[in-house]
Amino acid sequence: MELLKKYPKTFQWLFLLIVFFALCFAIDVPETYKFIRGQAEFVKDPNQSSYVFLGKEVRYYAFDVFWRLPPLLGWLPIWINDSLFFLMNDWMPIEIWNEDTQEFKSRPIVLQISRNLTAFMTFLIELIREILLGGLETIVAFTSWDWIDKNPWAELPGLPWTIVAAGAALLSYKLSGKGLALFAGLTMVYISVFGQWKPSMQTLSFILVAAPLSFIFGLGLGIAAFKSKRVEKALYPILLVMQTMPQYAVLVPALVLFGVGDHAAVIITMVVAIPPMILLTLLGLRAVPPEVIEAGRMSGCNNFQLMFKVLIPTARRDILIGVNQVIMVCFSMAVISAFIGAKGLGFNLLLALNQLNIGLALEAGLCISLIAILLDKMSLAWANKQTDYFGNLTFYQRNKNLLFFGVIFVIGIVLAYIGNYLFKDTFNYLFEIPHNKGISTADFWNKGVDWIFDTFFIYIKAFNTWLIQDVLQPMRALYLRMPAIATIVLVVGAGYLIGGLRSALVVCALTLFIAFSPWWDRALVTAYMATFGVIVSCIIGFTVGTLCFQNKHSANFMLGVCDIFQTFPSFVYLIPVMMLFGITDTSVLIAVIVYATIPATRYTIEGLRSVPAGLHDAATMSGVNKFQRLTKIEFPLAFPHMMLGINQTIVFALFMVIIGAFIGTEDLGQYILKALSDKKGAGIGLTLGICVAFIALIFDNLIRAYVQKRKKHLGID
Amino acid sequence: MSEPVIKCENVYKIFGANAQKMLQDSNGNVDAKTFQENGCIVGVNNASFEVSKGEMLVVMGLSGSGKSTLLRCISRLTDATGGKIFIEGQDLLQLNNKDLIDLRRNKMGMVFQSFALLPHKTVVENIAFPLQIKGIKTEDSISKAMDMVKLVGLDGRENYFPRELSGGQQQRVGIARSLAVEPDIWFLDEPFSALDPLIRKEMQDEFLRLQEKLQKTIMFITHDFDEALKLADKIAIMKDGIIEQLDTPANIVLNPATEYVRKFTEEVPREKVLLIEDVMELSKDNLGDLKVSKDEIIENVAEKILTQEKIVAVVDNNNEIIGSINPTKIINTVFGGRKNNN
Repeated sequence: MELLKKYPKTFQWLFLLIVFFALCFAIDVPETYKFIRGQAEFVKDPNQSSYVFLGKEVRYYAFDVFWRLPPLLGWLPIWINDSLFFLMNDWMPIEIWNEDTQEFKSRPIVLQISRNLTAFMTFLIELIREILLGGLETIVAFTSWDWIDKNPWAELPGLPWTIVAAGAALLSYKLSGKGLALFAGLTMVYISVFGQWKPSMQTLSFILVAAPLSFIFGLGLGIAAFKSKRVEKALYPILLVMQTMPQYAVLVPALVLFGVGDHAAVIITMVVAIPPMILLTLLGLRAVPPEVIEAGRMSGCNNFQLMFKVLIPTARRDILIGVNQVIMVCFSMAVISAFIGAKGLGFNLLLALNQLNIGLALEAGLCISLIAILLDKMSLAWANKQTDYFGNLTFYQRNKNLLFFGVIFVIGIVLAYIGNYLFKDTFNYLFEIPHNKGISTADFWNKGVDWIFDTFFIYIKAFNTWLIQDVLQPMRALYLRMPAIATIVLVVGAGYLIGGLRSALVVCALTLFIAFSPWWDRALVTAYMATFGVIVSCIIGFTVGTLCFQNKHSANFMLGVCDIFQTFPSFVYLIPVMMLFGITDTSVLIAVIVYATIPATRYTIEGLRSVPAGLHDAATMSGVNKFQRLTKIEFPLAFPHMMLGINQTIVFALFMVIIGAFIGTEDLGQYILKALSDKKGAGIGLTLGICVAFIALIFDNLIRAYVQKRKKHLGID
Repeated sequence: MSEPVIKCENVYKIFGANAQKMLQDSNGNVDAKTFQENGCIVGVNNASFEVSKGEMLVVMGLSGSGKSTLLRCISRLTDATGGKIFIEGQDLLQLNNKDLIDLRRNKMGMVFQSFALLPHKTVVENIAFPLQIKGIKTEDSISKAMDMVKLVGLDGRENYFPRELSGGQQQRVGIARSLAVEPDIWFLDEPFSALDPLIRKEMQDEFLRLQEKLQKTIMFITHDFDEALKLADKIAIMKDGIIEQLDTPANIVLNPATEYVRKFTEEVPREKVLLIEDVMELSKDNLGDLKVSKDEIIENVAEKILTQEKIVAVVDNNNEIIGSINPTKIINTVFGGRKNNN
């Protein structure tokens, strides 16, 4: 009894676990239970039960209610689908004047809006693409096909790659200096020499449209949320779900609304990239000290000046992190949106992965990553640029970069012209090196992979088999063996113990949504893979982070490495693991672990750094040794911050698990992938995405509640 | 007499949802406690005063006394709940947004406790900021800002960022920025509170030097009574939003109006605050040879006076005798029981 009074929390947890296990043992697996449940595919099966909701028939396999809850939300995907189709095809038709047929045509308003948006996006992408690669779509947009036929000279020739490469280096030099210029030049030369020029420029044109638009909209909405509490309240739940929703899942409804192609990809990218930009803008603006705002007001700023000359520049740090996020998401989407027909490196990457041509995939992946890092660094340098007011500059000095570019432009064109004669019979390498006609190291890599496979096959296979048979399969079976009721009791109980009634209710609602959806089993598989990934990532991340923290230089180095790795599009991680482990769950899990270790490491280092210096001194004066200081002082104090890292780790892991469906796993991701090629997939895709988001949000809620409590307890803010 | 530059009439600032209504109901008789029970916090309670041209009013009070709130009402960074504020005869609370911005761009400058510099701008850009906001050309604003940089003695550091400067230097930038538009009215909100004592003294001297040169109309907020005595033409002492006493430093030391004010004055070294004028007598009999100016601080002439046996003559600026002072009076003032002076 005394023990119970001394550690009430421990006993509460114990009690919860006892109830959980009692439920697990009390409820047997029903005999009719099959893992893959037909209702997800909407196939009619005489064994299925069905119910009708809002005029829609929902079919499902009946189970013991305690074992699995009935899919009461089975109608939701069907309903979403029907609503989307209704919106697109029947809702609010308006009269549109058709230029070609010279008559009015009736068209639903949503379809019309989506068409206009599509046309606008297509125009922007084409414009940039044609500056870089040449073409005539843009000119046609302003004139007509007849005019082009009469004036064939008007076709844009595209810039020779030498000019773009030198231009990028020059711009980098102006923004930052020699280092970045060298990096930019080498990146561009690499892209060109390896024959990735065309797809790279296609991807670049996509990014150059998507990233600025996402930035502008994100900033705008962030400002709106900052100014109006009502906007913020309306936006917040959407932002939360969007941030944890796998990017895959957004593809499907967008496919219905905007069709297939680059324009749809841009719009989806914006949908995914804007939420983090909004959140970080809001965060940054909130953190501006009130006295700075007052100083701005007293300087006589009007509202506009206050926002753009005082608030936003002062909040620059957070906004820049937002820009970094936008660029990261854009590149990640550049690959994923290849699924819905975006051209460029992403498409090549997917193709190469599909053909198991690891070498080619590696080259394309490296291109994407290099461009991503380059753009990230350039945007950072641009924001930190300083003006010099005192240099008494001559005309030449002021415009030297522009003049220089002019010279480069001329030289580039002359070179391309010479190239025309030099490479008469083959391709003009000084103008553009065609796709796959450059140097390629693909064979080397492929042979390397083959060699690794041949040499280490036994070991890899043994490891693979051991992992799958002795670790993954039992774990998976355990997860699936949990009766739904027991899982809900566990999760809600944890919510209550950590965050009180409010937390319990939120968690309960989120879990019930998944439980009532037809994909509870799949969600369990997703959760099991994510759990495994998160546990291993956290162990690695905490260890590496702690070790690196012991030395200032290694800590900085590690943070730099995290920065770079974070810039890689998530798909790139699949390349090396497929190289080694082929198409198995092991591959996916290793990709998950690598990807999710980044935030775990970063937050560990940052958490340990956030421990106040005074405490270090106090600890040293108390005569602790290094190990004691770590366990008694630094870990307890850094723990709340590290928990936020776990939060990020979970989101990262879930994303990767879902992307892993591309290699073939049996979780929610697989259904999302399936929905992509399904005409009626929009509803399913969206609902699945929400399910994944909710899994993340359940953990998010629990961890945040815990961190807040802990921080209050420790008195850190 | 010309019109006062700043004039406040029964200014109230009450925070809370239904502050306006409660103020109307209370008929100008605001009791902080009853307001607090109804969820309102009284920031400024019935403040009335005037500041005339070239005068420096120091508002002194402990934290939470409403002094900063009062300043923000007068600069209209927050809107006063009740009362009237006139800036050079203009009713501040009736100004529309455009006129208010105009007023701030041309007439007002403000210095902040935490400096409130823009972190992304260099020293010179920070100082030029109010000018650029006004729409002055970049070159002109930068050259004007460079003059200000020299005025506050930061030459050579114009291209530094605020984070690269010490606290004292940052506040010099803050002062230069507030003066860049050549305002008539200068607000300073605890400008030296965040500085080390030594730097603070240096900055106070610098501030007095600037004021001698510029002759601005000033409202200066501080929680440091010594600072108030050193700088002020007039001091307003605030407590719980109410101005307890508004008077010259000498009068506050000699005649504290309330118990609260008296507590502040108890520890004050009088010889450093009081002028000869404050303690002289009007009789002109039995004068000795020594003459002292009425504007001298006692401390500076005490030694001279105390070595005299005769009564010392007090003269005004035209060297005409206007009164006398007995050496014993000096001793009484400096060492005598405080209560005798009441």
